Amino acid sequence: MTDLGPLIPRNREAHPPALDPDYKTSVARSPNLPLLSMESSLSEETGPTFGHGLIGALDNNLILNWTKGAAPAVGERILMHGRVLDERGKPVPNTLVEIWQANAGGRYRHKKDTYFAPLDPNFGGCGRTLTDADGHYQFLTIRPGAYPWPNRGNDWRPMHIHVSVFGHSFGQRLITQMYFEGDPLIPRCPIANTIKDRARLDQLVAPLDMASSRPLDFLAYKFDIVLRGRRQTMFENKLEGM
Amino acid sequence: MVQKLEVLVESASQTAGPYVHIGLMPTYAGNAGAYAQEVGVSPIAEGAQGEIIEIVGSVFDGTGWALRDAMIESWQADAAGRYPGMDGADPAVSGLCRFAADAVTGEFTLRTVKPGATSARGGGTQAPHISLWIVARGINVGLQTRVYFEDEDNSTDPLLARIEQRPRVDTLIAKKTAPGKYRFDIRLQGAGETVFLDI
Ligand SMILES: [Fe+3]
Repeated sequence: MTDLGPLIPRNREAHPPALDPDYKTSVARSPNLPLLSMESSLSEETGPTFGHGLIGALDNNLILNWTKGAAPAVGERILMHGRVLDERGKPVPNTLVEIWQANAGGRYRHKKDTYFAPLDPNFGGCGRTLTDADGHYQFLTIRPGAYPWPNRGNDWRPMHIHVSVFGHSFGQRLITQMYFEGDPLIPRCPIANTIKDRARLDQLVAPLDMASSRPLDFLAYKFDIVLRGRRQTMFENKLEGM
Repeated sequence: MVQKLEVLVESASQTAGPYVHIGLMPTYAGNAGAYAQEVGVSPIAEGAQGEIIEIVGSVFDGTGWALRDAMIESWQADAAGRYPGMDGADPAVSGLCRFAADAVTGEFTLRTVKPGATSARGGGTQAPHISLWIVARGINVGLQTRVYFEDEDNSTDPLLARIEQRPRVDTLIAKKTAPGKYRFDIRLQGAGETVFLDI
């Protein structure tokens, strides 16, 4: 196995702090003590690989996958697409991207979601795919509804799709959320606003992409994802005596 | 203006939320059949070499309450210390497991093979360990930590050696409760807070 160099240390400023009192659940679930920082080892540089045999033909089509193609889900049909890149701007090919989301009414198909918006019998709410050689992925889905959640008196989640990406190293593991351009709930959401820098939050807001939409069928939203990169230089392995 | 660096910024993390299982563990969420084959159901297949072990524990919040909605991923080497993909790695060890706190008791169980020692960057060895990545509602960035074993030689492990407050090393060491059985609790904050990693 070629040594591609250690992972670039995580830029913690790009991420939300563990503790954000406006997101109440974080108060008792955030470590108080500093994280232990170290250079990556094999344990973080290696990671699982997934074969195409894992992925079913409809796995990236949330409009049809719950009914195995028998009937389409209700809602505004959208294409979610983009690329997975690393911090060097290099595409991350053949990596697993998994998404989950509420239905068009803002209800999750989860045994613990009791919101009174109805379940759509034709919508499950999860999808997955592998990126291609250029790091591209795409999902056909419906636009999820906004939903209320118990936090402060009247907090609502903006429309969002949860996104999980592996990369090629366990240390690249990332879960984030995709928001939709123009949603007025984004600046009001305590979870979105755990990201303090508006420009960094905007990186999670997918623009409407008319060029990729299909007339009389679906609108498109573009969402690129950036994972940690590797720090390879010719000085990576310390020379004898240095 | 100075030259432009061609470096991108990592996408910001967001909490996995309470319904992470829909996407990553559909059967647990009550949606069996969403996928023909789920990811990370077991880190080992039939015939994996080495000692089969079971690690049981809970993830506690700062009030001492065991989280019912936590999801954990584990990543590890095979019994000889080779990660999947490395030359000679045990083909029956996929290395990845996804497991969740029980919705009623808050307890998780990881059944796997005990990993071997692995080589450290720049020489030396890392004591046998399993890497964990913990997500849940209220966790804004997935928490990394490691499980070491009390019945292994941990004295020269480079990561454990870096922990300044020596009593905290104990938070990364699984306690043997019976042959092949270990207990490993994770404390998010407060007394006995687990050492979380930034690697
Ligand atoms: Fe959500």
